[in-house]
Amino acid sequence: MSILSVHLSRLTRHHFPFSSLLFPSSRPYYHACAPSRRNLRFSVIKRFPFRCICSFPATNSIADRNRNVEVGEEKYDVIVVGGGHAGCEAALASARLGAKTLLLTLNIDRIAWQPCNPAVGGLAKSQLVHEVDALGGEIGKVADRCYLQKRVLNVSRGPAVRALRAQTDKREYAMQMKNVVESTPNLSIREAMVTDILLGKNDNVEGVCTFFGMNFYAPAVILTTGTFMSGKIWVGRTSMPAGRAGESASHGLTENLQRLGFESDRLKTGTPARVDCRTVDFSVLEPQLGDEEVSWFSFDPDFHIEKEQMCCYLTRTTKSTHQLIKDNLHETPTYGGWVEAKGPRYCPSIEDKIVRFQDKESHQIFLEPEGRTVPELYVQGFSTGLPERLQLPLLRTLPGLENCSMLRPAYAVEYDYLPAHQCSRSLMTKKIDGLFFSGQINGTTGYEEAAAQGIISGINAARHSDGKPLIVLERESSYIGTLIDDLVTKDLREPYRMLTSRSEHRLLLRSDNADSRLTPLGREIGLIDDRRWKIYQDKQARISDEKKRLKTVRISGGDLAADVSHFSGQPVKESSTLESLLKKPHIEYKLLDKHGFGNEMLSRTEKECVEIDIKYEGFIIRQRNQLQQMVHQQHRRLPEDLDYYAMTTLSLEAREKLSKVRPQTIGQASRVGGVSPADITALMIILETKRRKAQEVRRHQIRASVMVDTVENLSDTLTEAVGTHKCG
Amino acid sequence: MIISENSHTATMALLPSFRTIITRFYRPTKPPPQLIFSSLLFPKKLSSLFPLPPKPQPLKPLASTRQETSFVSNRDERLVGLGSVNDGGSIETQSSTSTIAAIVTSLGGPPAAVGIVRLSGPNAVDIAGRVFSPAKKKKGFDSGSGSWKPKSHIVEYGVVLDSQGNVVDEVLAVPMLAPKSYTREDVVELQCHGSEVCLRRVLKACLEAGARLAEPGEFTLRAFLNGRLDLSQAENVGKLISAKSVAAADAALAGMQGGFSTLVRSLRGQCIELLTEIEARLDFEDEMPPLDVNIIMDSIHAMSQDVEHALETANYDKLLQSGLQIAIVGRPNVGKSSLLNAWSKSERAIVTEIAGTTRDVVEASVSVAGVAVTLLDTAGIRETDDIVEKIERSEAVAMGADVIIMTVSAIDGWTLEDTKLVERIRSNMGSASIPMILVINKIDCASSACSDWVNREAKLFSKHVFTCAITGQGIHDLEKSILEIVGLDKIPAGGRRWTVNQRQCEQLMRAKEALVRLKSTIEEELPLDFWTIDLKEAALALGQISGDDISEEILSNIFGKFCIGK
Repeated sequence: MSILSVHLSRLTRHHFPFSSLLFPSSRPYYHACAPSRRNLRFSVIKRFPFRCICSFPATNSIADRNRNVEVGEEKYDVIVVGGGHAGCEAALASARLGAKTLLLTLNIDRIAWQPCNPAVGGLAKSQLVHEVDALGGEIGKVADRCYLQKRVLNVSRGPAVRALRAQTDKREYAMQMKNVVESTPNLSIREAMVTDILLGKNDNVEGVCTFFGMNFYAPAVILTTGTFMSGKIWVGRTSMPAGRAGESASHGLTENLQRLGFESDRLKTGTPARVDCRTVDFSVLEPQLGDEEVSWFSFDPDFHIEKEQMCCYLTRTTKSTHQLIKDNLHETPTYGGWVEAKGPRYCPSIEDKIVRFQDKESHQIFLEPEGRTVPELYVQGFSTGLPERLQLPLLRTLPGLENCSMLRPAYAVEYDYLPAHQCSRSLMTKKIDGLFFSGQINGTTGYEEAAAQGIISGINAARHSDGKPLIVLERESSYIGTLIDDLVTKDLREPYRMLTSRSEHRLLLRSDNADSRLTPLGREIGLIDDRRWKIYQDKQARISDEKKRLKTVRISGGDLAADVSHFSGQPVKESSTLESLLKKPHIEYKLLDKHGFGNEMLSRTEKECVEIDIKYEGFIIRQRNQLQQMVHQQHRRLPEDLDYYAMTTLSLEAREKLSKVRPQTIGQASRVGGVSPADITALMIILETKRRKAQEVRRHQIRASVMVDTVENLSDTLTEAVGTHKCG
Repeated sequence: MIISENSHTATMALLPSFRTIITRFYRPTKPPPQLIFSSLLFPKKLSSLFPLPPKPQPLKPLASTRQETSFVSNRDERLVGLGSVNDGGSIETQSSTSTIAAIVTSLGGPPAAVGIVRLSGPNAVDIAGRVFSPAKKKKGFDSGSGSWKPKSHIVEYGVVLDSQGNVVDEVLAVPMLAPKSYTREDVVELQCHGSEVCLRRVLKACLEAGARLAEPGEFTLRAFLNGRLDLSQAENVGKLISAKSVAAADAALAGMQGGFSTLVRSLRGQCIELLTEIEARLDFEDEMPPLDVNIIMDSIHAMSQDVEHALETANYDKLLQSGLQIAIVGRPNVGKSSLLNAWSKSERAIVTEIAGTTRDVVEASVSVAGVAVTLLDTAGIRETDDIVEKIERSEAVAMGADVIIMTVSAIDGWTLEDTKLVERIRSNMGSASIPMILVINKIDCASSACSDWVNREAKLFSKHVFTCAITGQGIHDLEKSILEIVGLDKIPAGGRRWTVNQRQCEQLMRAKEALVRLKSTIEEELPLDFWTIDLKEAALALGQISGDDISEEILSNIFGKFCIGK
């Protein structure tokens, strides 16, 4: 017993002088970097004194690289290829973490372009936006600044599926994001078409080579190629190589990646026609107004600036729409049979909808503005592969659009993607160290999905170049985690869109708690500055204080009690706490406000948080327990060098799929298609055998070494004790 | 919550060895702090080379050098203190700490001379001590104290007692203490008489004493996990286990008669159908027609009833394992013995007469529709003139039974003594109502004379049956009545291979509770999203029985069924 305590004190004492010794030595490196980075890092160091020790070995290499830059070589810490929604988040995260970052894009004027619907958020996607914001990302702030209209969807269907959707101004959005990207320290932008990945000796990435022969070097490269990699656009039977209408595709990179051993495939997506709003008769259309009380994506109140909202309109397909399509089905790529790439099921073309659901007489079509200064209207729900000559007649079958003029035709785009089972959950590829993929290259669609992957790959690329451990968001931590887990485990062959039903425990992953789930992590990573951190902490304190208050304040009778029993249809006990009132059906915080029992210090969203926490406490706890039960099993790690083909107790299909996907955990393995519960049991048995065998060996070794160690420690503690005595 | 990969797994894997090391060198009064791990792990010289920061808190390891990846788990700061569960690795050890029991000799064929019930696990000796009473310590041995301290691999002779202290069977107990056993855990084998009834009753006693019924192959699995079997043998275990999870579930389901399998599948189908409807409305808000709450409520109600029904049928399996106890009571000389003999003879079961310390009872074991039935009869009690004593004994027997058979003689008719006996039994029963069957025996001698009083008295009983014990007439009717009373008559004939096990039963209960909660959620008009939580729970539970997984199914259903997406 005495030995143990001496032992302990020796260690703790050893440790602190150690960290203080290393602390100054790591500083010169920070001095060499941009000031913003130094400040940020400094605060982190203050909070976690041990951390600096760990990053020490890696800092040397970066310092070396930075010195080389001064000589004039194009060397960076992180290179981001592509300036879309994934690329922007990635570049910003990386640069903000202090990595010297280069953003390569085909066209600087198209940074953060919204080529399809200029809208951010929507069901399940809004959770992604909130989460990215909670981690310190940009998409939510820009959307909050550029909205044309905002609506909360699913208001009455539960806090977990409630979703904010913003119609944004396409040009303003791109401009705002471009400004942010351009004004971020550590971040350089260059127009270039990347054609090759430069490899080092150990299957590690060293940089990229462009079409015009420039080499840019970095130990971490993020590819966010969107629809550009061997992109091909289609209107009817006619096609041309292009990433988007009017923008050239990127060639050569796919072949290069294939040579490196990556598997690629084709996906397809499309965008509907745009019509001139001045030619639309809105008088016959149902207007769709924005919310009176505007909600926000960002948790940062500095970005909550209200704007005048624009109106969207609703129209419907008619009999003649359906007839026109049925008559010309042979003219569409899918039914004509000349495009094989798979489009998304949840974003079907209008011909798909009409063919597959013959009994539905009419489909909703939304008309949504693309900006405050342009006449373009986005015709949502009306994407088509029909040839251009049929598109205007088709549009004119819609009520209100009888005399419309079409500004841009609808088109489909085919592009290369790399099935994401080739990435691990950090979004780094399994084959090439330091190479990251994000966005449509991983088979997703949507700006929000792209941004979510972008911020993770940006963080991890910066950490990788800094020699730090990569970060993986577990599936149950967030929609971001769920998204990435799905991408890397399921062998997806259609564009992936986030849906709330993809999350098994969505009640825990709400918009309102995205900050309390992820902002502490963002802070720890280094993307949340002091101001934002204080805002966050104050908010959490207010919420928790209010919950305590509601628990303690009691009322007896009175108007509130009468109202509560009236609305809930339940009796109110003498001396009820406000909390117990709030738990009753149909009782909202607003009712407390109405009777003067609310807390005026709280904002609307904070009250909402309090209400959700209290009202649904039982469900939340239950789901949390369910989660805990499954997490232990699911998180068991799978060794990376497993030879699945040698496991004869697995089914043949499981052996093939597992060898291909190479899951990291048991949970992931169980989600791989074609792997049955029996396979998982067999797999766990094999693992257990291995573990026990290894443990047996290790036990012998440790026993031997500990015997030696104890003897040494014993003498050590003795001298130590003497030493301390002298000092004292 | 951030968990570091390498250090975490390393610590986990090494924990047992640490324990041995620590207990060998020190005797800490509290769990050793994590701090010492690194120092013990790395000999002194090594640790000065790698300045490994110790991790006093789990939130630290974002940046320690040796890890490759940090994992961020679900964590909500607002939920702190909200009944969150600790995240130690306690689950892994859970399965192996329980003590399991099962009949390890084969059942089904003609009864063998000897059958074995095996116990394995840390409490095997304890539990065996609770049910096993060694013969040589008959006097003064306290069966409840579990103070049996056997020597490993020394056979002991004695009897097995059930929880009420009744003798169940005489057995040989073979203790095999860890690690010198098949599973490398403490193992006790009870060698019983080979009849199914004996074995099941011994097993039941073990389960009541705290053992858990072993899953198929679990002894072998433990043997393997504890390093008793080598790799080549392990593959067989793998097959065994996989057979358990899917094939066995399927086989079991397929083997079951009475449509249990179809019922579970259709129930699950209905859950998924409903989920599809709801989820589609949650993910594709404006494109769906509204739901009709009444229709949903109706279908949930129907589902609850089906689950209820499934649970009822599952009860049958519980009966299979625990058996039925039937007490035969009545005045002397009404033909109880003959009845018992006739009944048991027809089943060729063993009749044992044990004049034990606890009670004088004649027992006979019969099997009714596959259910082990123990007949308890006071007929073997030495004749005594003390009628009160006799009634008391009859009562004592009757109180422990699941069904009571009140036997009267058709010749004597209903007598005052009969009334007294029934009254006393009823008053002793109190609120616990044990079903009673009236058996009018010796009907061959007085078939016509008894109709009056039978009609009068029979109202007080659940059923009445006329028998002639000598010829065996009416025994079949009696069995039928018993089956009706315990609710087994709905099971179609030939349902002998039912295998709704405990696990499946638990899942059914889980589904049932989820549906109850779902109903109240809807009644309280909670938002649509909350409906999915319990519906999913129910679907998951039912899926566990049939071995399916719901995750992708709902999504593809949504896309297959509705026109959605913009």
